Amino acid sequence: MNIEWYIVLSALLFTTGAVGILVRRSPMVILLCLELMLNAGNLALVAFSRMVGNQEGQVFAIVVMVIAACEVVVGLGLIVALFRRKLPLNVDDLRELRG
Amino acid sequence: MSATSWAWLVLLLPLLGSIFIALGFKVLPAKVAGIIGTVVIGLAFACGIGALLSLLGEDPEARHHASSLWDYASAEGLDIKLGIFVDPLSVFMVLVVTGVSTLIHLYSYGYMQSDEGYHRFFSYLNFFVFSMLLLVLAGNFVLLIVGWAFVGFASYALISFWYRRTTATKAGMKAFVINVVGDIGLVLATFLIFRELGTFDFGPAFEKAPEVFQTNEWSITAICLLLLVGAFAKSAQLPFHTWLPDAMEGPTPVSSLIHAATMVTAGVYLIARTHTFFVLAPTAADIAAFVGLATLLVAGTIALVMTDLKRAIAYSTMSQIGYMIMGVSIGAYSAGLFHLMTHAFFKALLFMAAGSIIAAMANRQNIDEMSGFGKAMRFTSITMLCGALALAAFPGTSGFFSKDEILAYAEARGGMYLIFTVLGYAGALLTAVYTFRLIFRVLPGAPCKEAQHLIDTGHVVHEEPRNPASGELEDTDVGFPGSEHHIAEQSWPMKAAMGVLAFLALVGGLVQIPGVDDVIGAFLEPVFHDSPLAAIHPTVTADWEGLGVGAVLSVLGIFIAYFFYVAQPATPAILIQRLRPLYTLFVNKWYFDELIDFLVVRPALAIGRFANRVFERFVVDGLVSGTEGTVRATSGVVRAVQNGFVRSYALLLVAGFAGLALYFLLSSS
Amino acid sequence: MEAVLFFLAAIGALGGAIGVIAMRNPFYSVLALIVHLFALAVLFLLLTAAFVAAAQVVVYAGAVMVLYVFVVSYVGGGGESAWEPIPGQRFLAPLLGIALFIELSVAVLSSALLALGTHGPDVQPGFGDPAAIGRLLLEKFLLPFEASSILLLLAAVGAVVLAGRKREETA
Repeated sequence: MNIEWYIVLSALLFTTGAVGILVRRSPMVILLCLELMLNAGNLALVAFSRMVGNQEGQVFAIVVMVIAACEVVVGLGLIVALFRRKLPLNVDDLRELRG
Repeated sequence: MSATSWAWLVLLLPLLGSIFIALGFKVLPAKVAGIIGTVVIGLAFACGIGALLSLLGEDPEARHHASSLWDYASAEGLDIKLGIFVDPLSVFMVLVVTGVSTLIHLYSYGYMQSDEGYHRFFSYLNFFVFSMLLLVLAGNFVLLIVGWAFVGFASYALISFWYRRTTATKAGMKAFVINVVGDIGLVLATFLIFRELGTFDFGPAFEKAPEVFQTNEWSITAICLLLLVGAFAKSAQLPFHTWLPDAMEGPTPVSSLIHAATMVTAGVYLIARTHTFFVLAPTAADIAAFVGLATLLVAGTIALVMTDLKRAIAYSTMSQIGYMIMGVSIGAYSAGLFHLMTHAFFKALLFMAAGSIIAAMANRQNIDEMSGFGKAMRFTSITMLCGALALAAFPGTSGFFSKDEILAYAEARGGMYLIFTVLGYAGALLTAVYTFRLIFRVLPGAPCKEAQHLIDTGHVVHEEPRNPASGELEDTDVGFPGSEHHIAEQSWPMKAAMGVLAFLALVGGLVQIPGVDDVIGAFLEPVFHDSPLAAIHPTVTADWEGLGVGAVLSVLGIFIAYFFYVAQPATPAILIQRLRPLYTLFVNKWYFDELIDFLVVRPALAIGRFANRVFERFVVDGLVSGTEGTVRATSGVVRAVQNGFVRSYALLLVAGFAGLALYFLLSSS
Repeated sequence: MEAVLFFLAAIGALGGAIGVIAMRNPFYSVLALIVHLFALAVLFLLLTAAFVAAAQVVVYAGAVMVLYVFVVSYVGGGGESAWEPIPGQRFLAPLLGIALFIELSVAVLSSALLALGTHGPDVQPGFGDPAAIGRLLLEKFLLPFEASSILLLLAAVGAVVLAGRKREETA
């Protein structure tokens, strides 16, 4: 398969993740959609690395995975803290910073 | 020391006096302020004498010097310096101004003694003298305009000196506004002069003018007419004269100095200084002469029926300045300036005497209530009589020689100018009549109540302070006249000043006796010898004939006044009955105030109201409020974006990114 | 052969993605993401990125998703109400998503990068091996490697602080 296919697939997955963030209200699901977008990026990176012919893109993808892991950890910690304080787990209800 | 150094000292001294008195008004005792003010002007007079002697020590043809301190404005094609011009004309004016001012300062030292604003008065008075000297010494048109404007301001400040009187402040504003109209004329004339001649300095401008302009070309005529607008506004000629009678709201020394001797003569000085232009525009010069003649006659008729003592003298001033304007316009330069000098003497004296009498009347000015002061106030009445004789051109007095010199010149010029001679003599008769009307009403006869009080007790009558025009009650704090009224008999500075002026009014004319001496004419001759009109000299015989006619008319006028007001006191009432329309016209001052109100004041107010109601409300407010409303609406819309929903922010983010990607796609295709 | 695998994996990935955004119950969304991650690992294998694929399965699907499952179980997860408070969001989001996808596709497909239309260059058999990746990590990309390990440490500490109980809080 040509590399184009992988890139277009990656774009599709990315936009799907973006739409998910915009549409869903639970912080859990929003984090999951964020994971989608990161993975789409990973796919694009690995595809480009294959196209160029060296493995630097793959290393980049691994680092992205590390970052995704850190971010998930912190995000989930936030959600647990929200749950502990009995705040509504709904992104729309947390809107005190408003103009 | 050179003449210009003396001249700079003359300018510096009154300015220093004014600033010193103004800054020290809390610490200086009143008397010291008065002494400083007077001495400073006296020193300026001495420096003027120094300049005179310095000039006399030079060759007559070389008696003109320009000197400048620094560049005022210097740009491409523009070079204005802070420069003065010292020649016989400016030194003559300096001597007249400082000499009469010293005497008036001396008079004010006594007259204004109980006034709470004493320091302010002397500071303003010194500033006025400085401005007037700046005007006459200015070496270029720009500095002339500066002096002109300062004099206008000083006049405003001094007319509304008793600022808590609404009548005074209104009069001050009226004077200032009309003066500003004149200023506009002067400024426009200066623009035109610069445009045509390329320079502001007097010397180069007057040298270039005959080369640049043809006779009666429209540009030089326009320049002269604009200069005339300025001159007429400052010298209270028709139709810009309505401010002068109202300016009598100021204290008497102010009327004496500004509105008799100095400021109102600025117009005469201007025409004399720019005589080169007027020679090139004979039409404008003739217009000026006719306006002077008209003012002469109109003011004389109004003075005939005026019952306010100071205002009557004011109209007399207007009339005499008409003579001077007429004189310098038709070419009798030194004669007009000689009359300026003698007029300064006797008119200042008349105002001083009027001040003394008004003080005795507890600040009331209506001559219908006055009589018999001849017995009550000997010194004042004698000096007043001296002044009146000079004004009426009684044979031998200064006014006699000066007025008739102008009229003899007009006759010598011949042709159309005989009108000036004939009507000028008619005006002289009128002058004599109205002057002695005042004298015979106020001085002889049974003493009125105030005069009787003065004779009996030796004190001036004490009444509640009232506004003389409206009669309303006032107090005597700052902004109003002081509680004491000072008459000449009880105040030696007033006596000294009046005495000197009385002497000068009587003998001042002896410097210009035709055929005998020609002091002023010879002194001023180098200034005017470039004008062909100065070459016209009446013969000595014609001079003496003119003097004879003048003498006869003067004595006749005095007799008419005597007849009307002393011998047969009922005659005026009968005359008024017979000539009622004429009388009404004169009493209403020829309706000039009403005319100006109709032509100028009402339209101006209407424009102002329109501007406020329509323009301000709809256009300006519309623009401003409209802008405000638009901004508010826009910010309301923008504010709605900050709704606190993270997801809508994310939506905007994605939308922005999509838009950006679209832009880049399109721009790279 | 390769094309078949690609399409299968692609459908799996897409299905998983749509499952994530469409399922009401967050637990089901987590499960859909796990499916998606496995499909992605297959795609990585197709791109001769063996180590990355392994890391994906072990780290991502294995550790991170397990964490997710723990939290979802602890927090629970109800559905969300159907009503959308932000006007226009439900309508604009898919629209913008489609627009973005079209733009990105156009950018890729009409790109001047001609190499996109190829399979890529021929590679040695050791391409994508752990050895090769390891060598790169420790030689060329040592600094990012160390930095990301510090980042992991920070994240762990941060998570403990964020989610930890306060002293005075009653259980």
